[in-house]
Amino acid sequence: MIPAEFDYVAPATVEEVVRALTEAGEDAKVMAGGQSLIPVLRMRLAAPNVVVDLSNLSELTGVRDDGDSLLIGAMTTHYEVQRDHLVRDHARLLAVATDTVADPQVRHRGTFGGALVHADPAGDLPAPALAMDATMVIVGPGGRREVPAREFFVDYFTTVLEPDELLVDVRVPKLTGWSAHYEKFNRVAQAWSIVAVAAAVRVTDGTIAEARVALTNMGPTPVRATGVEEALVGQPATAESINAAAARAAEGTNPTTDGNADAEFRSHLARVLTGRALTAAVGA
Amino acid sequence: MTATAEPEIGRARLRKEDARLITGDTRWTDNIQMAGMLHMAVLRSPMAHAKITGIDVTAAAAMPGVLLVLTGEDVAAEQGSLPCAWPITEDMLAPPAPSLAVDEVNFAGEGVAVVIARSDYEAHDALAAIDVEYDELPVVLDMEAAVADGADLVHPDLGTNKSATWVFDSAEAGTGADVDQAIADAEVTVTRTFRQQRLIPAFMEPRSVVVDPGGGSITMWSATQVPHILRWMLAAVLGIPEHKVRVIAPDVGGGFGGKLQVTPEEVLTLLVARRLGKPVKWTESRTESMLSAHHGRDQIQQLTVTARRDGTVTGLKVDLLADMGAYLRLVTPGVPILGAFMFNAIYKFPAYRFTCVNVFTNKVPTDAYRGAGRPEATFAIERLMDELAVELGMEPMELRRKNWIKHEEFPFTTVCGLTYDSGNYEAATDRAMELFGYDELRQEQARRRESGDPVQLGIGISTFTEMCGLAPSRVLGSLRYGAGGWEHAAIRMLPTGKVELITGTSPHGQGHETAWSQIVADRLGVPFEDVEVLHGDTQSSHKGMDSYGSRSLAVGGTAIVLAADKVLAKARTLAAHLMECSESDVEFASGQFSVRGTGTSTALGDVVLAAHVAHNLPDGMEPGMDAECTFDPTNFSFPHGTHLCATEVDTETGAVKIRSYVCVDDIGEVVNPLIVEGQVHGGLAQGIAQALFEEAVHDESGTLTTATLADYLLPSAADLPHFTTDRTVTPADSNPLGVKGVGEAGTIASTPAVVNAVIDAVRHLGVDDVEMPCTPMRVWKAVHQGKERGVPTTPVAAGGLGSIDAQGGAE
Ligand SMILES: Cc1cc2nc3c(=O)[nH]c(=O)nc-3n(C[C@H](O)[C@H](O)[C@H](O)COP(=O)(O)OP(=O)(O)OC[C@H]3O[C@@H](n4cnc5c(N)ncnc54)[C@H](O)[C@@H]3O)c2cc1C
Repeated sequence: MIPAEFDYVAPATVEEVVRALTEAGEDAKVMAGGQSLIPVLRMRLAAPNVVVDLSNLSELTGVRDDGDSLLIGAMTTHYEVQRDHLVRDHARLLAVATDTVADPQVRHRGTFGGALVHADPAGDLPAPALAMDATMVIVGPGGRREVPAREFFVDYFTTVLEPDELLVDVRVPKLTGWSAHYEKFNRVAQAWSIVAVAAAVRVTDGTIAEARVALTNMGPTPVRATGVEEALVGQPATAESINAAAARAAEGTNPTTDGNADAEFRSHLARVLTGRALTAAVGA
Repeated sequence: MTATAEPEIGRARLRKEDARLITGDTRWTDNIQMAGMLHMAVLRSPMAHAKITGIDVTAAAAMPGVLLVLTGEDVAAEQGSLPCAWPITEDMLAPPAPSLAVDEVNFAGEGVAVVIARSDYEAHDALAAIDVEYDELPVVLDMEAAVADGADLVHPDLGTNKSATWVFDSAEAGTGADVDQAIADAEVTVTRTFRQQRLIPAFMEPRSVVVDPGGGSITMWSATQVPHILRWMLAAVLGIPEHKVRVIAPDVGGGFGGKLQVTPEEVLTLLVARRLGKPVKWTESRTESMLSAHHGRDQIQQLTVTARRDGTVTGLKVDLLADMGAYLRLVTPGVPILGAFMFNAIYKFPAYRFTCVNVFTNKVPTDAYRGAGRPEATFAIERLMDELAVELGMEPMELRRKNWIKHEEFPFTTVCGLTYDSGNYEAATDRAMELFGYDELRQEQARRRESGDPVQLGIGISTFTEMCGLAPSRVLGSLRYGAGGWEHAAIRMLPTGKVELITGTSPHGQGHETAWSQIVADRLGVPFEDVEVLHGDTQSSHKGMDSYGSRSLAVGGTAIVLAADKVLAKARTLAAHLMECSESDVEFASGQFSVRGTGTSTALGDVVLAAHVAHNLPDGMEPGMDAECTFDPTNFSFPHGTHLCATEVDTETGAVKIRSYVCVDDIGEVVNPLIVEGQVHGGLAQGIAQALFEEAVHDESGTLTTATLADYLLPSAADLPHFTTDRTVTPADSNPLGVKGVGEAGTIASTPAVVNAVIDAVRHLGVDDVEMPCTPMRVWKAVHQGKERGVPTTPVAAGGLGSIDAQGGAE
């Protein structure tokens, strides 16, 4: 577990980071919390020439209120997201999903931005970001661009980010007053999801007015369960309508088979967990 | 010198070694730095079975910082064959076991070359520059296929994949009846096949070796649990004069049997250091450890039990296939044989036959892992008793009660010919059932079944015993084991009254420094703090058989008691001489010798000083008060207990949650209840891990796919229940302390309790087996596909680093 040799820089501004990335080309890797990058380096699955550490970029840390949405700095740690009252009030789904990530040590180092860019199909934060229609704010040599979550995730461990681009902020539209639940299924406490379901609902007078459901690890990228959402809207917030909707959870998914679960079991889990997530959200 | 107030034996002292171990204020092997020290890294085969057709090291040798690159051919003449100390049968087949593969690799992870460089980083960088050409050979992974006719062979020269067949038959041995007759006469017969998955010992401190070849002799530091055996074997394998080798096991961070080994890397580090005349260090990474350190378990067990309709068992037949992996390491072939005597467990089987076929495969060798043979046996018999209970329509505890040895029947000679000295299964079981709330849980289970609750409740039982305190040397000899089972202790009485205790046991996390100090303090009446325990260095502790098989207290502790008694015997003679009285009038209590019926007394410390200065000794008495003892036990010890587990099984997801776990162990007398509690908790965690979490999985090419701790799932405290532990005390007859050993009990007992509970929860849904580990997918499939379609037998890996697998599935 010894990484190959690399140079290390720790710039103080976004501009310097982009310059460092541009100079290094494909051979650079930015490091946020390092909780995914460092294992990859140590196992020599990646051997960048330069590691650009973002930890001096205090401008990328913290949650800001931006009217209809929250702006969450890419370097905000999982721990900070969990505790933030803006997130708790307006993006509850993200807060409860973050509660399930790893263990306290990892949550103190790992970052929201890192977890999104890492784009692990088993990671717990891409699905909530997708469910909440988050937008990625990206800075590169050409300037700034914004990419919606549904376009951001491309494949296993792959996003639209170019090697010389940096994720700086995540814009999360407020879902104030919605209730939410993240139902995660794994085998030991600190592990990634075998399957998980992110659900947020707005219930008025016993009727489901709006619903957002996204799935973790049901394909190479997070999947929006649009069939479930459609089936819920306008229905009474009851067990029957939830169960009927949850039965559609695996529609349009492309789950993998690995040692923990084959595709059949994953599809089954998606349905069961969707029912549980919605029941918990509605009951919350 | 003051007497200790509370009795030392039985006192829940905090461990004196913990502060330094926990804060790292000690030298683990990898912390050792020496001037001019070089670093070794090992290139490992990615192939499970291949001919090596060429190795080009020129580029690697030219890399910065690299001093030497060696292949198997370069060391072929001097590396010898790694030792196997347990040839279980006369005709056992064993291939040569090189430390570095010469022309053929037999498991993925086997070393093919080493790089020695100035830094660890440079050594690892150069590994990538070595070019090895392989010619692939057919890979043998499945034991049943391996023993079939026309199977591909791991070692074609041997002509078979069977290393040995070992049989115990009670009719032949004269210890019982004929099992075939029992089967022919049986009113009820139950046959089951169980699979013991492969496990990885996963000690916390990775293995590490430092060798200093300077000063005319060789010093090796190694993270080993067997420094004495290692020294002996290094001399034997490499032909180095034994008195020119010193082995030091400094503080060692766990072993669980995984460091009961003479490793290729120990041999290679030594060879390389000797060749270069410089100190060399090798430390493995976690993945390297999982790929190359020995694994444990891995058996296919077929059992047939026969019984009368009333539940009385009449016979037991056991047929094992045991996976050796590619080579026979130190005690590889003997591990399943340690289980041979335990399948009959606590029950009065009149007839028994055990047959074990040891099989070669292209996998890492197996060897000792916590319990070694006995957890496998206990699992099989305790699972089978539940199946028999179902077949008979009997309550599973009642079936056990009917067949176990009653407390008044001890000592009891079993169908294997072992004599269980003591035990009280009734007492432990009654206490466990009371703590567990057995009857209430059975009622709740019935309610949940009736209401069709998606979460079903199951109750699992394990009434176990084990044989430990390894071992009477004569018995080991009769089993063809290459060493004795005695243990040594020496007590040095220093002139100021302080005491050095030298032990041949080699603690690697167990807390011997504390427990041994308590024994010495108790026997000699000296303060606990005045005792220093020396261990793990063959120069100071010159004699020992090390720590494994729950032997340290029962055998090593007894040696301490007997050595202390020798000190006291001599001190008593001298005290009588000094107090000018007859020896028979001298009494000893709390560190003081006194003359019966008078006020005259003298402290042990004064007597020790008198012996040291030797100014006034009786004629013929040698100066000094040191003593030593080598104790060879006359019997094993037989801890036992009753473990009860309640699981909640979510039939919708297959998830298993342990709701409560109660164990009442009888480990005889206890020196330190805190240490016992720690051993039980850790043991339970490992046993539960086998039931629910851990499995070494290979893909069809023989690559280990669970080569990180993200794939190989070790449970943490968050995944384990609260443990309710209690004890009954039936002292062992075989040693003066009355102790039995506790190091393996929790691991041996817990696995079947958990699996029995899982199956009990869903048996009414048509499930009568789930392979270990009982993962959610396996449980769910068992419930939802019904048993006729079968539970998947494909091994499972866990999650990986998220979706990254150890073979580089990402980036
Ligand atoms: C033991 C353990 C358990 C874990 N369990 C879970 C779990 O249960 N659920 C879960 O979701 N995650 C889990 N994780 C992963 C954790 O959430 C990581 O923190 C996260 O995946 C990556 O965040 P990071 O800040 O550490 O990123 P890093 O490791 O620093 O970077 C990850 C990748 O993202 C890139 N990157 C990071 N930030 C940026 C940026 N701002 N712009 C462009 N590229 C960037 C890096 O170049 C790298 O490729 C676990 C990690 C560990 C070590």
